[in-house]
Amino acid sequence: MKAAVLRFPGSNCDQDCYHVLSEHYRVPTDYVWHKECSLSGYDLVVLPGGFSYGDYLRTGAIARFSPIMKAVADHAAAGGLLLGICNGFQILTESRLLPGVLIRNRSLSFICEHRWLRVENNNSPFLSEARNGQLLNIPIAHGEGNYMASPETLAELEANGQILLRYSDAEGNVSDATNPNGSTANIAGICNAKRNVFGLMPHPERAADPRLGSADGSVIFQSIFKTLGVSAAA
Amino acid sequence: MNTAVYLPKDPEITPEVIAAHGITPEEYDRIVKILKREPNYTELGIFSVMWSEHCSYKNSRPELKKFPVTGPTVLVKAGEENAGVIDIGDGWGIAFKMESHNHPSAIEPFQGAATGVGGIIRDIFTMGARPVFGLNSLRFGPISGTDEKGETPANVRHNRRLFRGVVEGIAHYGNCIGVPTIGGEVYFDETYEGNPLVNVFCLGILKHEQIARGAASGIGNPVFYVGAETGRDGLAGAAFASRELTEESKEDRPAVQVGDPFKEKLLLEACLELLTTDAVAGIQDMGAAGLTCSTCETASRGGTGVEIDLEKVPKREPGMTPYEILLSESQERMLIIVHKGKEDIVRAIFEKWDLPHAEVGVVKDDGLMRVKVGDVTVAEIPARDLADEAPVYHREAAPQPAPAPLTLIPSGDLEAALPTLLADPTLASKQWIYRQFDHMVRIGTTVLPGSDSAVFLVREADKILAATSDCNATYCVLDPREGARAAIAEAARNLACSGAIPLAVTDNLNFGNPHKPENFWQLREAVEGLAEGCRAFEVPVTGGNVSLYNESPAGAIDPTPTVGMVGLIEEQAHVTQSFFRRAGDAILLLGELGDEMGGSHYLKVLHGLKQGVPPKVDFKKERALHDTLRELIRSGLVESAHDCAEGGLAVTLAESAIGGQERIGAEIDFGITGLAPEVLLFNESQARVVISTRDADAVLRLAAERGTPARVIGTTTSGETLEITADGTTRKWKVAELHRTWSCSIGNQMSA
Repeated sequence: MKAAVLRFPGSNCDQDCYHVLSEHYRVPTDYVWHKECSLSGYDLVVLPGGFSYGDYLRTGAIARFSPIMKAVADHAAAGGLLLGICNGFQILTESRLLPGVLIRNRSLSFICEHRWLRVENNNSPFLSEARNGQLLNIPIAHGEGNYMASPETLAELEANGQILLRYSDAEGNVSDATNPNGSTANIAGICNAKRNVFGLMPHPERAADPRLGSADGSVIFQSIFKTLGVSAAA
Repeated sequence: MNTAVYLPKDPEITPEVIAAHGITPEEYDRIVKILKREPNYTELGIFSVMWSEHCSYKNSRPELKKFPVTGPTVLVKAGEENAGVIDIGDGWGIAFKMESHNHPSAIEPFQGAATGVGGIIRDIFTMGARPVFGLNSLRFGPISGTDEKGETPANVRHNRRLFRGVVEGIAHYGNCIGVPTIGGEVYFDETYEGNPLVNVFCLGILKHEQIARGAASGIGNPVFYVGAETGRDGLAGAAFASRELTEESKEDRPAVQVGDPFKEKLLLEACLELLTTDAVAGIQDMGAAGLTCSTCETASRGGTGVEIDLEKVPKREPGMTPYEILLSESQERMLIIVHKGKEDIVRAIFEKWDLPHAEVGVVKDDGLMRVKVGDVTVAEIPARDLADEAPVYHREAAPQPAPAPLTLIPSGDLEAALPTLLADPTLASKQWIYRQFDHMVRIGTTVLPGSDSAVFLVREADKILAATSDCNATYCVLDPREGARAAIAEAARNLACSGAIPLAVTDNLNFGNPHKPENFWQLREAVEGLAEGCRAFEVPVTGGNVSLYNESPAGAIDPTPTVGMVGLIEEQAHVTQSFFRRAGDAILLLGELGDEMGGSHYLKVLHGLKQGVPPKVDFKKERALHDTLRELIRSGLVESAHDCAEGGLAVTLAESAIGGQERIGAEIDFGITGLAPEVLLFNESQARVVISTRDADAVLRLAAERGTPARVIGTTTSGETLEITADGTTRKWKVAELHRTWSCSIGNQMSA
């Protein structure tokens, strides 16, 4: 398998994602510059976190017009795996590759901390190695992670099992008290109806190496590798 | 846009104009002697910023020479370049430095703090190093307290506004650019009312062969301007920072720059990409004094001249005068000296990153900084004289009387004293702050903020670094020399508690107006105290910053010589945190029980007193303690280690119980009588560390062999209380309640 990590001007988790894929898991990985036009040959495309275009206008709103985004849409349409983390998730919603929007945290403050996530649906190439109800300790770091969708969209997401992760507590309870940013229904991550596009606000790449306090993010990477039929290191 | 330079008729140089530039008559005579003629208005402006304290250290230079700056690991010495570089082994080096943005933050806290972060990050990547983490050291006036009507006084509301703005500004810049802010320190004290301190630190990593130099070398080499366009923001900020803050300082708001972290992120990546090519002969950021400083400093370092044409400088707005262009402190700009023939490499990289770039000049052999507008020469100054021949002043120093020993140590309800101390914003949890900072990007934060040192795994080099910043200004105002010694001792102790060996120091000297002899004396004493500490721990100073004129209408701030110290942890297994880990471990005190109450947090918070003789530092004892502690850690005997500082043993023990992931109870009995309990609980004697261990006997044995005092003072428990027996009386606190008080304090104040 081969992975691509996209680099937009202002991406700042690109090097982290690249490091985790290529050094930690030893998966062949390339950076792909946003002015490129092709993603052919890649099985996994990662849209990393950061502040693409300085978050000017709206988070992700300018990046969606980058030349590479046509290839990203084609990759998704062809069934390729697309993982959008944090700002990558924001770009995916702005590009309509995922439904809904991400607005400012209800506290209006940036929040960086470890959070508990409950796996809602493991029927996904991104979570196949997790159990439903499994709890993952993965950090968040965002100012605009408050997920909003219309009632119809929400009902659709629920009905199709597209809500993959919700913010919970350490016991798996999901409530307003365990919601860091005001997201509708405590949504932390969703996939598209075809289940090959996954967007999440938490940073699994920050929870791959146990020396950083938690390795719970590895289940996402291991699920991807299993789906793509590779056995990765670590 | 029409960005032609506007060439107005220069104002006449009158004594008033000279004085308005902060230039003394003697300095003016010196300028005339250097130029062999009268300066024009633009040249006067250039001298005024280059000879400001901020750029020239004219009042502090003789003192700064007292710091030890050499050592076997020093690759680039303090003062040689934008930041010093230290060898960490295996071909890797670190560049780090601390810098202040106090004055801008007092006027415009968000942008003041944000551009401070931008400036220090630029200093680091100018060296060719990739910035990997940041720290900050902040001081504000009190954010708690009510008046007699039970309302929040205006000054407290203002202090909160400054505090919130500074934290948001640091978060804005650091989070966007993707450099994690992983630690620091914050104090709240009346002395910083109206003059907050914002000291920011950045560390970068590089291979030895990547060290970039800021010299204009190679006659005929083209000079490039890259990065953001020049605008009118931050005009003469360096000169502004070299004055006292007054009621009228609000009028200086245009002297505060506006930052764009997105642009700096592009500049960072473009510069580091460019530095992997062979196109660069020299590189220098445009910080204080902008284009002026970068031009004359590169020429001075290269022993060359630099000629630039202001017509070619990318500008944000039309009609700027040479004076404005040269003195602008617009952010996110760099000057690059390019090897002739490699211009296209530079152009291609900056095109890729969509950044403005322009060839604006050339390196000459005449030693002059020459500024032209087309064919018209608007300034011509010998570069070396301008950069390095600023006047040096040996200011008058007036010693302050030695602090009087305490005659009476007030007692009181000691049970209530502990939660009161833990709720004091200076000691309370800083989660409200660091939660707003992205402290995990670059996937290296091994110890989260809140422990004795920040610990970061630099994955490029596979090295684990620990970093801390420390300064207790209450000690310093009582005895500046002893306070500075304590700052170094505490920094080294914090590193030892994390399992690290100190490598080097950066400092930020925050003091009042040096023209006042009592202030200058404080500066001298503190510098000498820091230098003694650096020698004792064999750590060189790699650079830093001097911020004088920290005064508000109420007077000078307490002297605050902030220390940033960096250490190396040899193995992951040595990484140690401050927090108890499980029930049933023995708790030991390494060092003496102590009895020094002067300058203590107990006196300040509980009794409103800033009095007495601050704790004495014995470097020999201190170093022996750190060595023993590191040996214990390497032997695998230490579960947690926490340095004993503000609030004494009681606060240290409470923090170890409540600061970690889980709350852990503890039962403590000091086992001696005859020492007043308030002294036992809250004294701040130095050279003390509280550790927890599974094998107390082994610890005692090793400590005895090394001659380090050690005693078992209790055990961790699965209970819900912290129990401390002192002088025969047992006091109990519910751990959950202490935790709530400590963790919510700052958040509660800020949402009140």
